[in-house]
Amino acid sequence: MSINLDAKIPDGPMADKWNNYKAHEKLVNPSNKRKFKIIVVGTGLAGASAAATLAELGYGVDAFTFHDSPRRAHSIAAQGGINAAKNYKGDGDSVYRLFYDTVKGGDFRSREANVHRLAEVSVNIIDQMVAQGVPFAREYGGMLDNRSFGGAQVSRTFYARGQTGQQLLIGAYQQLARQIGLGNVNLYNRMELVDIVNIDGRCAGIVTRDLLTGEVSSHSAHAVVLATGGYGNAFYLSTNAMACNATAVWRAHRKGAAFANPCYTQIHPTCIPQADDFQSKLTLMSESLRNDGRVWVPKSADETRAAADIPEGERDYYLERIYPSFGNLAPRDVSSRAAKRAVDAGQGVGPLKNGVYLDFAEAIGRLGEDVIRERYGNLFEMYERITGENPYQVPMRIYPASHYTMGGLWVDYELMTTVPGLYCAGEANYSDHGANRLGASALMQGLADGYFVLPYTISNFLSGLLNKPIPDTGHEEFKKAETAASDRFKRFLSIGGTRSPDYFHRELGKIIWDNCGMERTQQGLEQALSEIPALYEEFKTDLRVTGDGESTNQTLEKAGRVEDFFELGMLMCRDALTREESCGGHFRAEHQEGDGEAKRDDENFAHVAAWEWSGDPMAPIRHQEELEYEVIQFQTRSYK
Amino acid sequence: MHPSSFGQMAQTISNERGRGPVSGTAVGKNGKRKPFLIDFYSTAVGKKYVMAITGIVGIGFVVGHMIGNLKAYLGVINHQGGRAYDVDVYGEYLRELLVPILPHGYFLWIMRLGLITAVLLHIHAAYSLTILNRKARPVKYQSARDYQIANFASRTMRYTGIIVVLFLFWHLADLTWGWFNPGFEQGAVYRNLDASLSRVPVALIYIVANIALGIHLFHGVWSLFQSMGWNNPRFNQWRRGLATGIATLIVVGNVSFPIMTLAGVIDYDATAVTQLEELSE
Amino acid sequence: MSHLNNITIKIWRQSGPADSGRFESHLIDEISDEASFLELLDILNETLIESGLEAIAFDHDCREGICGTCSLMIDGRAHGPERGTATCQLHMRKFSSGDTIVVEPWRAKAFPIIKDLMVDRAPLDRIIESGGFITAETGGAPDANLIPIPKPVADASMDAAECIGCGACVAACPNGAANLFTGAKMSHLNLLPQGQAERFKRAEAMVETMDEYFGSCTNHGECEAACPKSISIDVIAMMNADYLKSKFKNRKSLSR
Ligand SMILES: Cc1cc2nc3c(=O)[nH]c(=O)nc-3n(C[C@H](O)[C@H](O)[C@H](O)COP(=O)(O)OP(=O)(O)OC[C@H]3O[C@@H](n4cnc5c(N)ncnc54)[C@H](O)[C@@H]3O)c2cc1C
Ligand code: HEM
Ligand code: FES
Repeated sequence: MSINLDAKIPDGPMADKWNNYKAHEKLVNPSNKRKFKIIVVGTGLAGASAAATLAELGYGVDAFTFHDSPRRAHSIAAQGGINAAKNYKGDGDSVYRLFYDTVKGGDFRSREANVHRLAEVSVNIIDQMVAQGVPFAREYGGMLDNRSFGGAQVSRTFYARGQTGQQLLIGAYQQLARQIGLGNVNLYNRMELVDIVNIDGRCAGIVTRDLLTGEVSSHSAHAVVLATGGYGNAFYLSTNAMACNATAVWRAHRKGAAFANPCYTQIHPTCIPQADDFQSKLTLMSESLRNDGRVWVPKSADETRAAADIPEGERDYYLERIYPSFGNLAPRDVSSRAAKRAVDAGQGVGPLKNGVYLDFAEAIGRLGEDVIRERYGNLFEMYERITGENPYQVPMRIYPASHYTMGGLWVDYELMTTVPGLYCAGEANYSDHGANRLGASALMQGLADGYFVLPYTISNFLSGLLNKPIPDTGHEEFKKAETAASDRFKRFLSIGGTRSPDYFHRELGKIIWDNCGMERTQQGLEQALSEIPALYEEFKTDLRVTGDGESTNQTLEKAGRVEDFFELGMLMCRDALTREESCGGHFRAEHQEGDGEAKRDDENFAHVAAWEWSGDPMAPIRHQEELEYEVIQFQTRSYK
Repeated sequence: MHPSSFGQMAQTISNERGRGPVSGTAVGKNGKRKPFLIDFYSTAVGKKYVMAITGIVGIGFVVGHMIGNLKAYLGVINHQGGRAYDVDVYGEYLRELLVPILPHGYFLWIMRLGLITAVLLHIHAAYSLTILNRKARPVKYQSARDYQIANFASRTMRYTGIIVVLFLFWHLADLTWGWFNPGFEQGAVYRNLDASLSRVPVALIYIVANIALGIHLFHGVWSLFQSMGWNNPRFNQWRRGLATGIATLIVVGNVSFPIMTLAGVIDYDATAVTQLEELSE
Repeated sequence: MSHLNNITIKIWRQSGPADSGRFESHLIDEISDEASFLELLDILNETLIESGLEAIAFDHDCREGICGTCSLMIDGRAHGPERGTATCQLHMRKFSSGDTIVVEPWRAKAFPIIKDLMVDRAPLDRIIESGGFITAETGGAPDANLIPIPKPVADASMDAAECIGCGACVAACPNGAANLFTGAKMSHLNLLPQGQAERFKRAEAMVETMDEYFGSCTNHGECEAACPKSISIDVIAMMNADYLKSKFKNRKSLSR
């Protein structure tokens, strides 16, 4: 399949593009909708909202998730909130400002038209979610409350305690459940996508593996939507759930979908530092904590006193010092790197000296403990459960961790990948966040894609397939893919080596984190690109998967996911190596200003790198989509 | 294992064929409904309403009954020109209730029928819920449970209930029908009471049964607020106290009769009252 | 940071729904008190795999106490000894050296065992599918601030909405009842102005679907104690009240 990177951006001024698109796209007549079958893989915010809406419109929908219930998708874990340009606070917000903040926050590496559309529909999302019964936080007058979030100077973040993702996902899940109950959606749970099948130049369906019986089977449709989340678990330790993986997007990539900007990964500044080697995941403390918490480290690397005993004069409130206008609310990448610099300089705190303080003493003094409890009570409890320390009394310890992946399958304005008929939504795609995502914008994007974008754009494609039958799952392409998938899992079982999939995942994660994490260098990346293939060879000969392939086998599931992380890891490093600039989440040590700030290269790198699978994970083919900025002028992203 | 046998157990039990997609699970659920009460009673929540309502009837009866019985402590009074035990007069008064609207004794029978229905419904609901609950966990936990809130009272409802029902039979046979009461005299409540309760084993039966009843109510009275959906944050804190109060009241009141009889406080004296024969002369 | 020594894990193994299952004991020589309980199982699994044995299957995902996937009966308590805490957030510092920890799957007819400690909780989804939603199809929603919601109402709704759907209430209930789950899900929507139109239809449908799978409520209160979100059994009373009303209101509106 040849790679076509035409983004299909509609004509007209930026603010009219989406309306123009909607006015001119091809529609499917209501009575014809039921003739179409759409597969939606993933039931997170993006997948659940897409599946529910498409079913409401009348399409036949098959939804897939490897979870036991759609409501367990990782969107559930989002804490802080969701942005929308409602301007309910009257503090100067607008669609334009949200658009502007997102493009700027993304360090000028996102597509303006997509971002503008996102900002436009953001307001509908809040309306929709409230109508569905999401109990967002309210003020005493009964109106919706907002908080501010990193990277913005207005209060536009809607939240439901510290559980915004949970409440939004429950809302979307309930809409999906309604459609399942009504018989408009077929839900396949505990089913993992293991391959994509293309016939006659378009996506014809998917191959799945039943996680309970090991059965491999095929499902066909007129269009396939992947909403399978991010690949942050490539780092092994991340804030993602244990089962988050890249298999769906990676399998699609191997079948012709270009992978865009894999090196754009986001490190979240406020996570609980790692406590030990066997740690299985890192826990995020919502960024909203930075509204009231102050970040500091001791000025001296030899500090041994407890936090409370360190006098003000010997503390370095480094974010407030370096970025006076944004202070503790500086964007994620900026604050993460600042924390890394402090820890690398030996000023780290905690038993392993691997964190920085996030201190609420001043806020408690100013607002009282009750107000703080009201705002962050559940986060404080969570912190105490995990660390055994009481953050009302001692400052929290935080450190950056892998959190979100801006890269993903390349999609055009319609969210279609380079494979016709294969769409990608939510965190799984590369679209709106450029090189860095602003806080509270992922939930917004997932719901925008699923509720308000895909349902429109997909009809433009389907209208051309009217009266074309659903592809036959008996087609030889499906059979070939099924056999390949079965053989692959049999192969894992028969290697009979000595190490578990988790062992390899941990080792791989270390390589990627050390060399393709918060700070990247040519030398490190090249080293990673020699270490990863070596470890991959070891994986192929020394893996041990116990149990069998005919019943639930979590070790076997994991083996497949880890293998895909190996190949993806190579692509991440290669992408990072070829992007000779620093931007957003991608910081190349060779490209920095004298003061350690990122040095972007708009001359040579204002483009999306879209990688094509060549059959050899070490030799992918790089393509470019040039980014043109019509509305917002390039400028250095400064938060000082 | 055979995939289809697995499917019925596993994740998505949509059809007999085993693992398949879930769909249409809510279709056809709002079919024709049975008549209101039967429809309502057919769910566990409905049954709990019935348990609670019949329980309230039971509490009403038990409390009333106990207060009536307290008259035993009032001894002998002047009555229709003669002297009679106050409780005996009270017994007669119950039979006379609503006369002349209803013939003699009818109202008492209506009350008794109401009570019997309530008890039967209560037992039926208790029985079917117990069966339901057993079925809801066919394989028990294989290790010891460490209960946090569930207390002795809540976990023994069906046993204390059975004790109470057995006692009820004994109680009727003993004091209403007189089968086990030596020298039983219809209407001579005080005499029969003394005759029965001065036997130590019988007194013990009364004591044990009423303690069981108290335990039943200790949970029951608290629980019925939940079952009836009577939940108000302002009053919730009183529920536990009320339950303890009612349970204590019943136990203290009812247990006092056998104890006081054994202690000789309740002691029938045929000479103290005008006998029926004398009156009719 | 310190360590615990000589922890014996007595853990349930069952190869599939048809197997009758048995306890298996493993000795853990040393474990850091910073480890989470599931990390202890990870370590145990790693050693099992390395010695050629099959790993213990258990459900888990977010490990932040929010997805509701983890589900273990630990020492006779759903989600283990710490109140208001899901299994994945339980840490070894809650145990002591020399302890024997007994781990079982959740048991209920509605939650058949899939393998080892993994159970199928699909009936909880069936309850939602029958009515646990507000019908608000995409597109037609009015402005979000059109209907003010008093803060205490929004808060009460949120208290109920925190339910993570883990099924601990069913596991802990001596009767295997799902009233806390259903009550929470129903109260979340029934308290909100947006939920009023379908309030009684929802109450009837959810209670009756619950009835197909689960035991009944004796108001023991075990569910509240086991709930990782400490959801109050007040929601059960609310559900009961709405169910009774539904019987009148739904019939009335049907006869219109
Ligand atoms: C701890 C944490 C906190 C966050 N907080 C915020 C926040 O405050 N605000 C914000 O805006 N964003 C936040 N984010 C980011 C945001 O939550 C995610 O980016 C977003 O929810 C992703 O949604 P999604 O629908 O794309 O994917 P997910 O919710 O991850 O869903 C993926 C779905 O795909 C399915 N799936 C995946 N692969 C397969 C396969 N091979 N076969 C079958 N099914 C598959 C899964 O079962 C799941 O249903 C946070 C993220 C984390 C990790
Ligand atoms: C006749 C024999 C009786 C039996 C077998 C019996 C059994 C039970 C059982 C098993 C329950 C708990 C049901 C559940 O929640 O699952 C219960 C509840 C209750 N019982 Fe009884 N009981 C009996 C008599 C009585 C009497 C005489 C009274 C009143 C004095 C009474 C009052 C109550 C009350 C108030 C409840 C609580 C109802 C609720 O939870 O809503 N019971 N009974
Ligand atoms: S693993 Fe998500 S709640 Fe425990």
